[in-house]
Amino acid sequence: MGKWTRRAFVTAGVVAGGGLFVGVAVRTGHRTPELASLVADDDEILVNAWVKLDQDNVATVIVPHSEMGQGAQTALAQMLADEMDADWDLVQVQEAPATSEYANYALARGAVLGNADIPKILVPTIDGLMLQVTKALGLQITGGSLSIRTTGHYGMRVAGAAAREMLIEAAAAKWQVPAQEIETQASHLIHASSQRRAPYAEFASVAGQMMPPASPQLKDNSQFKIIGHDVQRFDIPSKVDGSAQFAMDVQVPGMVYATVRRSPVFGGEIAQLDDRAAKAVNGVIDVVTIPAAKKEDMFSGKQNIGEAVAVVAQGYWPAKQGLDALTVQWKNIGGEEADSDSIFAQFDRDLSARFERENDRLQGDVNLALERAERVVEAEYRVPYLAHACMEPINATAKVENGQCELWIGCQNPLGFRDSVAEALGFDPENVTVYNHFMGGGFGRKSNPDYAIQAALIAAMVERPVQLIWSREEDIRQDFYRPAVRSRFRAAIDAQGDVLSWENTYVDKHEPAEAPLIPYAVGAQDIGYVASPTHIPFGAWRSVDHTQHGFFTESFVDELAAAKGVDAYAFRAQLLQDKPRHLAVLNKAAKEAGWDRPLAQGRGRGIALQESFGTLVAEVVEVTVTAGEVKVDRIVAAVDPGFAVSPDGLKAQIESGIIYGLSAAMFGEISIEAGAVAQSNFHDYQILRMTDAPVIETHIITSGGPAGGAGEPGTPAVAPALANAVFNATGTRVRQLPLKNYDLKFRIEESDEVV
Amino acid sequence: MIRLRVNGEEQAFDIDPQTPLLWALREQLRLTGTKFGCGIGQCGACTVHVNGVAMRSCMTPIAAVQGQQVTTIEGLAPNPDELHPLQQAWIEAQVPQCGYCQSGQLMSAASLLASNAKPSDAEINAAMAGNLCRCGMYGRIKKAIKNVAGVGYFDPAQGEV
Repeated sequence: MGKWTRRAFVTAGVVAGGGLFVGVAVRTGHRTPELASLVADDDEILVNAWVKLDQDNVATVIVPHSEMGQGAQTALAQMLADEMDADWDLVQVQEAPATSEYANYALARGAVLGNADIPKILVPTIDGLMLQVTKALGLQITGGSLSIRTTGHYGMRVAGAAAREMLIEAAAAKWQVPAQEIETQASHLIHASSQRRAPYAEFASVAGQMMPPASPQLKDNSQFKIIGHDVQRFDIPSKVDGSAQFAMDVQVPGMVYATVRRSPVFGGEIAQLDDRAAKAVNGVIDVVTIPAAKKEDMFSGKQNIGEAVAVVAQGYWPAKQGLDALTVQWKNIGGEEADSDSIFAQFDRDLSARFERENDRLQGDVNLALERAERVVEAEYRVPYLAHACMEPINATAKVENGQCELWIGCQNPLGFRDSVAEALGFDPENVTVYNHFMGGGFGRKSNPDYAIQAALIAAMVERPVQLIWSREEDIRQDFYRPAVRSRFRAAIDAQGDVLSWENTYVDKHEPAEAPLIPYAVGAQDIGYVASPTHIPFGAWRSVDHTQHGFFTESFVDELAAAKGVDAYAFRAQLLQDKPRHLAVLNKAAKEAGWDRPLAQGRGRGIALQESFGTLVAEVVEVTVTAGEVKVDRIVAAVDPGFAVSPDGLKAQIESGIIYGLSAAMFGEISIEAGAVAQSNFHDYQILRMTDAPVIETHIITSGGPAGGAGEPGTPAVAPALANAVFNATGTRVRQLPLKNYDLKFRIEESDEVV
Repeated sequence: MIRLRVNGEEQAFDIDPQTPLLWALREQLRLTGTKFGCGIGQCGACTVHVNGVAMRSCMTPIAAVQGQQVTTIEGLAPNPDELHPLQQAWIEAQVPQCGYCQSGQLMSAASLLASNAKPSDAEINAAMAGNLCRCGMYGRIKKAIKNVAGVGYFDPAQGEV
């Protein structure tokens, strides 16, 4: 647990109706608070009530993380319930409201004490400000695969253990027996020798008035009864009968509908608007414009959000008919000359110029290695922009009335959204209420509040509640894209084929910082980047920079194995002798995949390894290539998250991350034409379908290391493992994604030059 | 006025006859279990049954289903106290993640099993190819369908299981 009590402590109280609540409080100012005096007052303290116990003996776990399908709410409840010795059948969850009292304290604390990495790309979404200790207390983010690692370990478990200890104390006082003789089981207190047994609820009110323990005793892993076991997710029953409430399912009295079109060239403005035909559509109420927002911040650079026009109508259908009937002339502020080719050419130029190149890692003497080299291997890779394409198109419902705004939305950062909407409306944040809903996918897209702001501004202009629904076309064309990247490699090889040096330069540094680093034992390394900004808005995309760099580095390692003429798995294993956890997942994936089993002609097998968000993942991909068509047959993943709170939940996340990454590797491509996105819907931004989905086997290694993430780590290794499998099957080295652009019908011997 | 039966009840709509069935269900009847995903019949999130057969409601003008029987996810279960076997299997296999596509997945799967009680792998793929799942739960969806069909879940790594 480390030093968590330094700025944080357990707090407790009585809730209306006589139940107990226990939370973890954090204080911003004083470094060594007197715990006793701080619990008693006051407004300096943020109280996070994590669990409520009511008179029916039901424990309600309140989680400050959004549910976008990752199952974190259930897993967090498992962590609290286990420490509390709660009866799982008497546990329910509730998402915390978006108020600062429910700021994601644990995430903030991790940042304060330096033991959790907040991907900086998430930071711009927090009040739009730099991360500072006090500001960090305003976080309520779901992203970075952090929920379990921070809130779970530093909040949920502590609160559960504290609640249990307080209930024991209360019972001990009433029963006049020593506290250590009282046992807890399934939400009951038991004193065996006097044969007393009582539900927790009986002592909830008394416990609520007690001093919480400063440092409650947590269980050893061996004592877990709920953590580490499979439970059914709370949210699933409502997702099979249509009753689950997504933001688009909200009905606010008096609500009308709106749909929008923003400048197709990012950042552009409306030069001329003819809305006569739109207003003539039956059911159309109004046509309004929403100003451009040129956001600039230190992490994401310039985000070009252009001017938009919205059609408001009695239903989505007339609104869409109206939008299609608009005649808009756009005035661009630049960028319209850019296309994918010019962008990649710009990257190429900037990689060669090496202007103000910065290092991620510089060790050993790369030049000396080159002098000693028997040969030098060079390769260059590139990946395109990608959209998130959540199944649920972007939407938000807003009501702005009497200086108050209510917002019904599914988002990854309710508190940040509240502040952004307040700023856009000129309101104080207290006058904005956010009701967060299930997200139909998030993947990073729903951490950007642009759509919340649109909905609020439209509702304010038309003076009635508005449900804003984007068309899929708008969703694909107005995303915050995973950046396109070009990355260049060079390695010096000695006479035995051993790697003397590793050089890598790529364009545009984002997050996480360690993404381009390699775990392999290579003496001389020079890994760095140059800036090459474009006008394309970018954002966090599942696993963020690990998807691009995982593809690059694990492809190049494979090329070095091929240059040496040895097996790709054995080559990696030899370079991981001082990395036991990495080696273990690599070995496990290879073993379970049957790496040494011979494959028929036309089939291939590839392996890749990537650590991300504290979790190590190795994947083996098996493909069959028939008449140039690649069919992915099977993927075997080995995963070491340290400890799996919810093993089946982890497997589901790894399966999901793999399909998300595989879909991108095979088909995913956002291309730019005349400054705008060329694709528009699922017919041209293709998503992997069941027909193309391989069998996936996930094997969990419980190394006991620090808890890692689950939502993102499955994604990065799949693209390189696929590319390496295609090389194994065909001899064609895939250096550019997506794979669909390759003609594998005729095997083309590529030179070291990129095609 | 356009009349049709939705989940067994007679409904009348006084709207543009070109309005897709999807929006009539969601906005007029408040049956929000049927989802908007793409608007062009590419993702299957809007799948409902028309006379028992899976249809994409985002592409179906309401006038085209005049007098027909429409079933949505809200009407898939035989009665309020009992789930459809596929819904039960979905829970047992813990299929949904974000859950947004699952109404459509279930309606497509129910339509398949109604006409083909023991579908092959290829038949399942063909029937479900129009339903995207961005959370990538295809393996679990297939497993749940096979568990209901009683055909066993085929895993190339381990054979029939």
